[in-house]
Amino acid sequence: MSQVNITINGVNIQAEKGMTILEAARTAGIFIPTLCYHEELESYGACRLCVVEIGQGERKKIVASCLYQISDGLVVETETEKINGFRRTILSLLMHRWDSIPASLLEKYGAKSNERFTDNMTYCILCGLCVRFCHEVKGANVLGFIGRGTIRQVVIFPNQSAKYCASFCPDEMECLHYCPTGVISSQYYGSRPADGQALPHAHPVCINEDINILEILERVGYISK
Amino acid sequence: MSYSLAKVDRIIDHYGADAEALIQILLDIQHEFRWLSRETLLHTADRLGLPMNQLYNVTTFYKHFSLVPQGRHAVSVCVGTACHVRGATRLLDRVAQGFKLSPDETSADEKFSLKTVSCLGCCALGPVMVVDGKYMSNPTSNEIAEIVEECE
Amino acid sequence: MSKLTSVSALDELRKDILSRRDPKKTKLSVCSGTGCRAYDSEKVIDSLKSGIKQHGLDDKVDLVTTGCHGFCELGPVMVIYPDGIGYFKIKPDDVDDIITETLSQGKVVDRLLYVDPEGNVITKEHDIPFYKYQNRAVFGSNQSIDPKNIEDYLAIDGYQALATCLSSLSPEEVLETVKKANLRGRGGGGFPAGQKWEATRNAPGDVKYVIVNADEGDPGAYMDRSILEGNPHSVLEGLLIGAYAIGCQKGFIYIRQEYPLAVEHLDRAIEQMRELGLLGENILGTGFNFEISVHRGAGAFVSGESSALMSSIEGKVGEPRPKYIRTSISGVHGRPSDLNNVETWANVPLIINKGVDWFTSIGTEGSKGTKIFSLVGKVNNTGLVEVPMGMKLHDIIFKIGGGLRDGKKFKAVQTGGPSGGVIPEDMLDLPVDFDALNKVGSMMGSGGMIVMDEDTCMVDVAKYFLEFLADESCGKCVPCREGITQMLHILKMICAGEGQPGDLELLEEIAAMTKACSLCALGQSAPNPVLSSLKYFHAEYEAHVNDKCCPAHVCKELITYHIDPAKCKGCGKCLRNCAVGAISGTKKEPHVIDLDKCTKCDTCFMVCPPKFSAVTKLSGNETLPVSES
Repeated sequence: MSQVNITINGVNIQAEKGMTILEAARTAGIFIPTLCYHEELESYGACRLCVVEIGQGERKKIVASCLYQISDGLVVETETEKINGFRRTILSLLMHRWDSIPASLLEKYGAKSNERFTDNMTYCILCGLCVRFCHEVKGANVLGFIGRGTIRQVVIFPNQSAKYCASFCPDEMECLHYCPTGVISSQYYGSRPADGQALPHAHPVCINEDINILEILERVGYISK
Repeated sequence: MSYSLAKVDRIIDHYGADAEALIQILLDIQHEFRWLSRETLLHTADRLGLPMNQLYNVTTFYKHFSLVPQGRHAVSVCVGTACHVRGATRLLDRVAQGFKLSPDETSADEKFSLKTVSCLGCCALGPVMVVDGKYMSNPTSNEIAEIVEECE
Repeated sequence: MSKLTSVSALDELRKDILSRRDPKKTKLSVCSGTGCRAYDSEKVIDSLKSGIKQHGLDDKVDLVTTGCHGFCELGPVMVIYPDGIGYFKIKPDDVDDIITETLSQGKVVDRLLYVDPEGNVITKEHDIPFYKYQNRAVFGSNQSIDPKNIEDYLAIDGYQALATCLSSLSPEEVLETVKKANLRGRGGGGFPAGQKWEATRNAPGDVKYVIVNADEGDPGAYMDRSILEGNPHSVLEGLLIGAYAIGCQKGFIYIRQEYPLAVEHLDRAIEQMRELGLLGENILGTGFNFEISVHRGAGAFVSGESSALMSSIEGKVGEPRPKYIRTSISGVHGRPSDLNNVETWANVPLIINKGVDWFTSIGTEGSKGTKIFSLVGKVNNTGLVEVPMGMKLHDIIFKIGGGLRDGKKFKAVQTGGPSGGVIPEDMLDLPVDFDALNKVGSMMGSGGMIVMDEDTCMVDVAKYFLEFLADESCGKCVPCREGITQMLHILKMICAGEGQPGDLELLEEIAAMTKACSLCALGQSAPNPVLSSLKYFHAEYEAHVNDKCCPAHVCKELITYHIDPAKCKGCGKCLRNCAVGAISGTKKEPHVIDLDKCTKCDTCFMVCPPKFSAVTKLSGNETLPVSES
């Protein structure tokens, strides 16, 4: 594999061609925070916590390090004041979906919840790790997204679940381990949840209710009836 | 096979049961039946060899698809920018009040469906309400009440 | 019609079509675009058809039902050639007079002519200020052709540019021509089309695609629809030329299903092309092969983004792709794909036919050619206008647009749709081109131009765009989804009188992050409506936050409705129209609104006769003016 030379935070680093900035940084032991990244899965670019500044002077720009491929001579800054400010804002926003973001992360960037923000405490940050694991690794498609915009949501599809869960994940629901917030519970393993059962269990409305997808859509405001 | 699924099959066959034509197929089904039933979606998924999560993802992503039956009379209020600055919000309030529906809602008797649309391209009439293809420029509450009465 | 197997066969056909046409013959061009249809132009056309037959004028008069003429304010519109007489606001009842007076006796029906604000009657369409100051290079052909008839397009040199390219220019020469013309994308960012073509052409791979983006999503712009409805072949010809230059055999058209008439005309145009052999194998005997398929979009603004659009074509959810690879390298099915919007493609045949020098003689240093805008909102002459790049905003709004309605004061103009911004009065001298608009925090976008007057609340407008985007965002990345959610929440509080010190700074903080960190252009530009209005109308935000006052009297929670007893003559109109019985009063005595019952639906304000104007909205510390009597 051919090597390229890049600079991260002023330090020269040799890394494999074709790597992303994030991979190169982690290989070199440089920390970049992420919430939707997992080395076994394709980069997704949704949490944007991994943004870094590349280039110099006038041509500086901000990119998601989990997606941006390195090239020879690339100059990267991972912890500028600007970048850390953005991370602070991103984390502050996410705190209103998930109130137990690891304290170390919040402290590092000085993120605080803001009383002017509206709460949507679903404990699901829509990182898509469970959905992607189920699709990319297992090919089971038991989990999926519905809706778009601010009402996007992760749901479980019972037909698929009944068909595939037991055979693809014989011991336990492996997607559990991918959920950063711990909102997925193994409650439904081996059972047949109703069509499109919503996953965010911590969200009080969704637990143990025999609801169908229309009701979920109604709840998230996608339809009204 | 029920009559409606036979129609669905005709539509799917028209596109050679090509999974890539999913959106075109769903548009035609939606056009035919005015909504997409769960039965239809399951059948389509089956025929195209697609998982249900993809069908629900697509049908809840694109605004044109409806997973509930639509009313016999389509009521739309344009909320494009031109209509907005000319008072579409108030018009929508009046229409919602007159038809006793919120936007995106269908009446229990499936008589009316109220929708908002972004720009109908007749900005000169704005703010505009359209009932079954008939355009009305900024109707008052009384005029809206008359329309409600007129619809069978 | 038989297939054309050579360029000369196309010339022959054109000659034959022209020989059957008499330029001196009376021709009625009646608009049947979506806008005029809303005014019942179909009925007018039906009456004309039967009237012409009844009066035995079939041989003397050609009736052409066309696409949009642009002057939607006065629809249904008609132009009578060869004299160019313009008739406006035609009702079916007017048809008799048009036939017996104008068509039979050559007399003008005065009441259907345009009257300018000074009261001057203008007979010829092109003398009307709305048309006079335009340069309708792309859009002008709309009114001379029936979009359902390919012969009409051929009669105005249609497919001549394609023939030229295929027979006497190499793909490289065509590419060079478009690059030299510096044709920039009319759909949004203004990226040079030639560069995009070149990148796709140079990208590795045998199979490449060209795509028409007709997913016009800006909620206030309808020029692309009007081109496709009125002149679909101009877009298709451009697409074929692009395909030839890039080296593609397959094209896609991604069009909103909300545009049924445009879809119909497009489908028919493609069918006619196929009949003539302008699609398929060995086009015009030159060895060039090309096929087109039409994909209808199912309603998602974000699908107008290039990578999202390509996912939609593949039948998937129209989410932008996160990777840093241009679609010109990896687009539909991972193949190099060139995407340009409708208006961009429609410019291509003109550049080939009229030449680079002609094209670059129009416009500014960095923005060449013309641009079509939908001039809408609080302007007198609502419609589609095509102007040379660089025309001043003031000239577009006041000379062409006829200024503001009801003598109101200009406040701002919004361009670029949900990705753009508002431009205040002191910048009206701004020459409209890609770069100038970007510089002031707005953008060209697809060409929406929404005029706002003193009664428009800029905080409400910012809230409006965020509401649109909250619904239309795909919801994948945090900066866009959560950023829009919270910015909208804050704006809603401000508009509801719950604003607090620090809110505006908080808006700016979120906006900066969303702009910098979002995954796609929708998110990156989503804060623009907020940022530009904060920049130019800060005082209005402060009035909402600090004084709980909406100076434009728009924000419902911040206003109350009153009847000025000094002005009210007790006509009872508001009382009869109030849906909730909030108005009381005896005939000929001043009426009163019960604020507890009032739902602020605005009906009383609308119906109060202008000569009284007794219904007044108050906000903040405002009080009714002290009675003079």
